Amino acid sequence: MSTRPPVSDWATDWDHLDPRWVEDPYPIWDDLRQTCPIAHTNRFGGAYLPTRYQDIRAIAYDTQHFSSRKVAVRDVHPPNDRGAPPITSDPPRHRLARLVLLPPFTPAAVETLRPGAQAICNALIDAFIDTGGCDAAAEYAQHIPLKVMAHLLGVPESDGDRFRAWINATLQEGATDQPALMRALEEMTEYFRAPMLERRKNPGTDLISYLVQQKYPDGRLLTDNHVLGSVRLLLVAGVDTTWSALGAFIWHLAKTPEDRRRLVAEPDLIPTAIEELLRAYAPVTMAREVVAETEINGCPIKPGQMVLLSFPAANRDPAIFPDAERVILDRRENRHVAFGLGIHRCIGSNLARMELAVALEELLRRVPEFGLAGPVTWSKGTVRGPRRLPIRFG
Amino acid sequence: MPNPKTLRVRVDANKCQGHNRCKAVAPELFELDEYGNARASGDGRVPPGQEEMASLAKSNCPEFAVEVIEE
Repeated sequence: MSTRPPVSDWATDWDHLDPRWVEDPYPIWDDLRQTCPIAHTNRFGGAYLPTRYQDIRAIAYDTQHFSSRKVAVRDVHPPNDRGAPPITSDPPRHRLARLVLLPPFTPAAVETLRPGAQAICNALIDAFIDTGGCDAAAEYAQHIPLKVMAHLLGVPESDGDRFRAWINATLQEGATDQPALMRALEEMTEYFRAPMLERRKNPGTDLISYLVQQKYPDGRLLTDNHVLGSVRLLLVAGVDTTWSALGAFIWHLAKTPEDRRRLVAEPDLIPTAIEELLRAYAPVTMAREVVAETEINGCPIKPGQMVLLSFPAANRDPAIFPDAERVILDRRENRHVAFGLGIHRCIGSNLARMELAVALEELLRRVPEFGLAGPVTWSKGTVRGPRRLPIRFG
Repeated sequence: MPNPKTLRVRVDANKCQGHNRCKAVAPELFELDEYGNARASGDGRVPPGQEEMASLAKSNCPEFAVEVIEE
């Protein structure tokens, strides 16, 4: 672990890897929104932190001044030839990379994965239900998207430990540890190269097979680099995110018995409640690189700097969400931006919603009573969620 | 008595990014294309009794792509 100087002033020296931010970022954002809505830091080579919904929204839509070629605020960045289209793409190249990935993730396509997800959740619950408690992050939440993704990509579930290590190296250690980041990128690339080449010869029904058969407008097949970049993206973006959201939801229900009992009594409310929990505990913070000078809300924005694009902070803006700090399970008007805004809207949002609904339904059905049983630890960096979440049943 | 107002829903295709919230809250009023982007079902007319669902589709769209038009 690198040692980082403590933050002296959140408005001029913010650091999303600071332990206070990792533990509880919401009061920091609430304060900045009032006092300094576009904060700045000289850390990470210089980066802005907008905390108001309207400013975050404006930046998400402005692909002319804000590039996605770097999508995390970190000490080190992967080289440009290791991009993961379309998340690291800008217009006009973004469009094709995105269109190719959309059909496998429509609500109808995702619906076919629901029975598999239900079986995965129940097998996990079987393993701990008689033990009186579990680590809901390590023994439940993290496995669900991992197993669904392995199935979707057509690679063995038993390689899950390796996937977890790469995801962790990319999103957590990778923020400050260049060798760990590069090693994970290379290992992932090599791991998927063989199945990709194999699918080029003998395509099956999995997502890698689908991707190797997709073409550019000029009729050429997607390049190996493009396919491998998109596969890395799906693995890294499709697992940690949902696992973190689910962990945070279970954490909320463990410490808020009235909300948990309400969902047990009214399971039909679960889809609406998931939207509210996504608003309140949105796990994903993206970033942009400023590529041309501009102004946001009167604040000059300089090229070469990064912007931390905190969709979680936008979701807590009381100007848009009344009682923003409260979780209101049946909140009816909810334009939350947990999955982002504009052309980079999370491709996996339908998959995530399905997994979150199944995971909560099955857990609440089989373990209706539970509470926190010890200290919770949170991840840091691009994705926020509990990494240790001990709960006791009954 | 004046004629009751007719409501129609409309999706701005330039704004829709496929969040699928309209389809989730008002499944009969919207349909999705092969990319998961939404459009109004049929001519967009809101049948009696679904006015509130139309309004929820509008107020849950993160991209402000759903309009409810009174005719």
